[in-house]
Amino acid sequence: MGQFMPFAGQVLKNLFSKPATTQYPFAPKEYPERTRGHVEIQIEDCIMCGMCMRSCPPGAIEVKKPEHQWTINRFDCIQCGYCVEKCPKKCLSLVPGYQVPAGEKAVCVVQQPFDPEEEARKEAAKQAAIKAAQEKAAAAKAAKEAAEQAQS
Amino acid sequence: MGKRSVVPFGPQHPVLPEPIHLDLVLEDEKVLAAVPSIGYVHRGLESLVTKKDFQEMAYVAERICGICSFGHGMGYCMTIEDIMNVEVPRRADYLRTIWMEMSRLHSHLLWLGLLADGFGFESLFMQSWRIREGILDMFEESTGGRVIFSVNQIGGVKKDMSKEMLANFQKRFDEMEKEVRKLTRVFLDDYTVKSRLEGIGILTGEDAIRRGAAGPMARAAGIAVDMRKTGYAAYDDIDFEVITSDKYDSYGRCEVRIGEIFQSFDIIRQCIRKIPDTEINVAVKGNPPEGESIVRIEQPRGEAFYMSRTNGTKFLDRMRVRTPTFANLPALTQTLQGCQYADVPLLILTIDPCISCTER
Ligand code: SF4
Ligand code: SF4
Repeated sequence: MGQFMPFAGQVLKNLFSKPATTQYPFAPKEYPERTRGHVEIQIEDCIMCGMCMRSCPPGAIEVKKPEHQWTINRFDCIQCGYCVEKCPKKCLSLVPGYQVPAGEKAVCVVQQPFDPEEEARKEAAKQAAIKAAQEKAAAAKAAKEAAEQAQS
Repeated sequence: MGKRSVVPFGPQHPVLPEPIHLDLVLEDEKVLAAVPSIGYVHRGLESLVTKKDFQEMAYVAERICGICSFGHGMGYCMTIEDIMNVEVPRRADYLRTIWMEMSRLHSHLLWLGLLADGFGFESLFMQSWRIREGILDMFEESTGGRVIFSVNQIGGVKKDMSKEMLANFQKRFDEMEKEVRKLTRVFLDDYTVKSRLEGIGILTGEDAIRRGAAGPMARAAGIAVDMRKTGYAAYDDIDFEVITSDKYDSYGRCEVRIGEIFQSFDIIRQCIRKIPDTEINVAVKGNPPEGESIVRIEQPRGEAFYMSRTNGTKFLDRMRVRTPTFANLPALTQTLQGCQYADVPLLILTIDPCISCTER
């Protein structure tokens, strides 16, 4: 039989076995752990450096530093993982689970919790420090010049 | 003399997953000449090198095609590694070889399925693709993607395969090999299948050389040309013979590809046995210096050629890919001459066309 009907065995087997395909959506699809489904961010660790935004090949990420926002257009993301590799704080990761279809390309915004007052205080302190440093430098320069003049 | 007519074939045709157009000059049912025209899926990927830096380009390169994506990424990375004088760790070479052969396996199984579909044997088509699915699952487990793998980087690969994973894959490959062996008996021995393949689409060795055929198309014409023999990646450590056929017809092409499936199983087995324990990538610093490099690798469909020219900045001057389907189109027009109109879809399939590769 093998010579003339090499397929007969398979046909018989198929009659008595389960379908080879997953019965989606009745049986859920299980993804292996390495599946590159979508990018997740651990927003507390992010320092808003913008490395991910600069490295993303299709330009899907936008980092808005003043607003403490990290945004991603999941429909532009090609799941390459380059941002994950580049992030200095290792707060990005590619995890299983694909973007579900949608009517329009919505941008996903992740807000980093921050206190505006605290932020303003920090900013003021920074400005004050810069100003103090500048004054100090100017004073040093003036003193040096005076010393030089006294010498000549 | 019969009646002459010109019949347009494609760009939309049930047998073609991708668009290519042929003008068939017929005399009654006999094809006298075929004039191909391409350009329906051109995306300008090569010109992106001037906008994406050389690291990002690795992701663009692998998106040239969905079947040989691993090879495209690897070929591009190899040109830059050559320019930057980066020595890729040995384990990365082996991993690349394993993934490359897995690509060949799934590509050839896909082709077998399409061929079966082309001559109307639907259940054979389903069975080929069922087996192929197992390879895609292994790709997903090892790289995280089923089609686009994103594991190549300049200087090596990104993901490693553990001992357990390799052992597990080996077991699954052994199972798969048994199934494929049963399946291929249908392709090679079944008389209905034979009657659709034998003596159809003759391409002699002489014609293959004259028309510049590549890959299984050339090997089925008796020409032992295989870029893997040049010993890139880990192929210099692997023992294998170039598979050829002296049948010159569609049956010969089927035979060569089936032979290569079993050869790929064997190469993977050797790789898993020999894989050394080293790093999987080396860090590259700075931009590539000014230079130019050419790399030739063996894709499932034949020889692919990659050229990169750098100018010392992070952007490249030029990247050029020549893909096997482009090389095989002239050979296709040769095989179509004198065939019956009903055999045209089948003959187009026997070159294993990949139009997205061709047009980039
Ligand atoms: S995975 Fe790739 S495409 Fe997606 S956001 Fe990161 S860098 Fe951009
Ligand atoms: S690279 Fe990392 S730390 Fe920097 S902005 Fe992006 S997510 Fe935040």
